[in-house]
Amino acid sequence: MTGRTLVTGLGVVAPTGLGVEEYWAATLAGRGAIRRITRFDPSSYPSRLAGEITGFDAAAHLPNRLLPQTDRMTRLSLVAADWAFADAGVAPAELPDYDVGVITASHSGGFEFGQNELRALWSKGGQHVSAYQSFAWFYAVNSGQISIRGGLRGPSSVVVSDQAGGLDALAQARRQIRKGTSVVISGAVDASLCPWGWVAQLTSGRLSTRDDPRHAYLPFDERAAGHVPGEGGALLVLEAEQHARERGARVYGEIAGHASTVDPRPGSDRTPTFQHAVELALADAGSDPGDIDVVFADAAAVPELDRAEAEAITKVFGVRGVPVTVPKTTTGRLYSGAAPLDLAAALLSIRDGVIPATTGSRLSPAYDIDLVTDTPRPAPVRTALVLARGHGGFNSALVVRAADTPTHGRKA
Amino acid sequence: MAATEFTLPDLRTILLEAAGTDEDVDLDGDIADLDFEDLGYESLALLETAGRIERAYGISLDEEAFTEARTPRALIGLVNSHLSAARAA
Repeated sequence: MTGRTLVTGLGVVAPTGLGVEEYWAATLAGRGAIRRITRFDPSSYPSRLAGEITGFDAAAHLPNRLLPQTDRMTRLSLVAADWAFADAGVAPAELPDYDVGVITASHSGGFEFGQNELRALWSKGGQHVSAYQSFAWFYAVNSGQISIRGGLRGPSSVVVSDQAGGLDALAQARRQIRKGTSVVISGAVDASLCPWGWVAQLTSGRLSTRDDPRHAYLPFDERAAGHVPGEGGALLVLEAEQHARERGARVYGEIAGHASTVDPRPGSDRTPTFQHAVELALADAGSDPGDIDVVFADAAAVPELDRAEAEAITKVFGVRGVPVTVPKTTTGRLYSGAAPLDLAAALLSIRDGVIPATTGSRLSPAYDIDLVTDTPRPAPVRTALVLARGHGGFNSALVVRAADTPTHGRKA
Repeated sequence: MAATEFTLPDLRTILLEAAGTDEDVDLDGDIADLDFEDLGYESLALLETAGRIERAYGISLDEEAFTEARTPRALIGLVNSHLSAARAA
């Protein structure tokens, strides 16, 4: 199949807003959600800030049959999936059994659920561990639960490559649509803001230890000192073009190109491959650098990683050759959920002709990029590039463009 | 010594804690002779339910007999036979 893969539905669960419009309004207003952690006492940990989702009442959205068997990230995923399908005007139950797939990414699985059961194990004994621990912690559980709830029996899987996984899952969804699946719900929602998840994240050495939310996560800034984790993400309804056109679907944009690369091992003589991922994604989309209207950066806020990203962008696009932005400064880094949320923001930028700002950061003179800071920048956006890097050398780049963009010059 | 008799209200409480209930199932209704599957409980929900009964009543249910107890009435009977065996011991 050579038809295009379109995005026809968005479901957003972010620290800055539940639902697409609440998130987007907060993003354009630059309202941040990074605060001192409230879900556990963070005072004894070196990092104490996070982007928490507040006001999410799972019982208000989900049948109680699902509550004893689900981690927080799964509950958020199920609701995001419901919202994405509703936004797309797709009722999965009305489509043929094998027409709809589920492909999500996961960073850590259901850590909070797992921590509670491990606590039951060591404090009370094996008899007290929930039978649901058998799957509730598992990386694939969000895909599985969305599939079971909606009766979605198309190709389903999970991708695990840290932050890059959020884009890699969408790329896998596009592959399945090209092979003939009509609809795939894809993206990621991660949430592991519990002591076990926190300690695991601290081992990366990349977390900010600052206590002032305004100065904790400052990518591409001279003051950059690591990132702040958050929870949430986005699920998107991806649909074969013909299927979407036949039902008269509203279209946000086209998943036009993707590439992923893996960096050489530490200490290797070979060069890092992030820039190559960008170039390959552009080639896959049939886009020239000049076609890209905005880059949603990975934005590690670790100086050497910021430098590597800024240099890769400058090499591909030229000195200050393309607007670069990091709306995740308002949410923290959401691991696998980050890039799908950035993709949702990119599609809303295309819809509304505005690039959201990187809040808080002042561009370091060391980087020759056009960082959009302070306030959103009105601009016609036809094509956007979303970047994501995962711990361990994963790089991923995805190009999305307005669906009515002429496709001449594209590879068949 | 734990409670001496296991009743339908006891089972309802444990089922709700262990696995919740389907929206279209009324656990307060006349469910004693309905198959657990028709009540929306799959094997894992029943495994969790069994674990909670064992913990609450200090008994160990025979796995095969438990699998064969397909209705609330059958399961309640099984639990009570364990409880009376424990009393007699």
